[in-house]
Amino acid sequence: MKHPNEEELIAYHDGEVSRREATTQHLADCGECRAELERIEAVLAALDTMPVPDPGDNYGRRVWQQIAPRLPERRARWWDFGVSRHSGGRWLEPRRWAAAGAIAALAIAAFLAGRVTKHAGPEPTAADASQVRERVLIMAVGEHLGRSEMVLVELANAEPANAKQKQVNISGEQRRAEDLLEENRLYRQTALEQGDTLLANVLDELERVLLDVAHSPDKVTPAQLEAIRQRIEARGILFKVRVVGKELQQREESTKTSPGENGSTKKERNKA
Amino acid sequence: MKRMSPSVETPGDTDAIAVERTLAGDRDAFRVLVERHSHNVFRLAYRMTGNQHDAEEVVQETFLRAYQKLSQFAERANFGTWVYRIAANYAIDRMRQRRTEDAQRELPGRGVDEGLELDPMNIVPDAAPSPERLAQSGELAEHMRRAMNALTPAERTAFVMRHWGGSGIEEIAVALKSSTSAAKNTVFRSVQKLRQALGPFVERRGQARAMGTDL
Repeated sequence: MKHPNEEELIAYHDGEVSRREATTQHLADCGECRAELERIEAVLAALDTMPVPDPGDNYGRRVWQQIAPRLPERRARWWDFGVSRHSGGRWLEPRRWAAAGAIAALAIAAFLAGRVTKHAGPEPTAADASQVRERVLIMAVGEHLGRSEMVLVELANAEPANAKQKQVNISGEQRRAEDLLEENRLYRQTALEQGDTLLANVLDELERVLLDVAHSPDKVTPAQLEAIRQRIEARGILFKVRVVGKELQQREESTKTSPGENGSTKKERNKA
Repeated sequence: MKRMSPSVETPGDTDAIAVERTLAGDRDAFRVLVERHSHNVFRLAYRMTGNQHDAEEVVQETFLRAYQKLSQFAERANFGTWVYRIAANYAIDRMRQRRTEDAQRELPGRGVDEGLELDPMNIVPDAAPSPERLAQSGELAEHMRRAMNALTPAERTAFVMRHWGGSGIEEIAVALKSSTSAAKNTVFRSVQKLRQALGPFVERRGQARAMGTDL
């Protein structure tokens, strides 16, 4: 192979594939071309050291504040159910769909369970319908509690990105807390309707904690973060969430194996 | 019940959700995209325009354009790459406009013939400083800045996209509104000019390092 020219060496440096193997072979054999490639790479490496100013951690937020007033309202598409920005747009969040889906599933499950027991079961019981409803709720709430636990654990472990920073950015946890809040309200109301007061109470406490997180500043000082952590700890919410999560797990098992006991265990637990 | 582990969402997934919500009328969902991609777009814009003020303007305009064109964003695409291309397109227009403005304001007797500015002789330093001084004072950074400023907007765009953005030739051709062979040639020309302008300094630096005089 003849010596590659400058353009070919630059293309080689950029990872171009044409005649790559032949060029590699040539470079292994030809010190002159190797030195030329090293000179090209030295200039490019030097350029890599050109500084780019850091616009700051809150740059994204600043950009948003600058452009937000200039953004026109967007008309929702018909297949998004004509929801408005204020009322329904956020319902496109998959987790909200999950929550809404679980609630809808409760109604469908109740209807189906009613039909099945009416026509097929030798001894139709209201407990069957109730059991199906409860399992749907248990599964959905179990997952919701898992996600809430994750946010609280992350918050408990949050710390400044580096030692020099005096504030901790908790905006990610905040956004997730906001999302979880709406789900939480739905599940709490449903738990109340189902007569599961313990679950409703824990969800009520979780709601307060999520509200607390959602309404905190995006960036907090270590002292403010500590205050949030203490409020979480004072409620013992992480512990309660774990306990209820575990209990839901057991309840799901029990609804699979011994449907008859289900109602009574819930009543006893509520009493406790 | 086996607790489901929380789903792991990649930035691409959450970008797609934010795009979908924005298209559904939730303007605030666009905020997620702006906050997530502003730094990357700023880095590109700064490298292309060479100054913070213009870079910030490019970032704002990029996201405004992205919002307006969001319905054209294909679901299969990566939002980061898509917005990067919008930024490159706008930055090249902004650089051309800036050059015209500067030429009219500061050099009334001189045209805006890019060929004149391209001449590598114009970007070779007047008096080559010693390697020690270069190493000490960061003058190399200044030479690099001048060498980058001496590229035409198209060359600078091609270089930044190729070497810092990792863009392919086809993508650069789209940004430059040129053929792929022309884009390839523009990339080559940019590196060639940067070499001519900076090679002597970089080689001296290497020499100084080899002699143990580099600080």
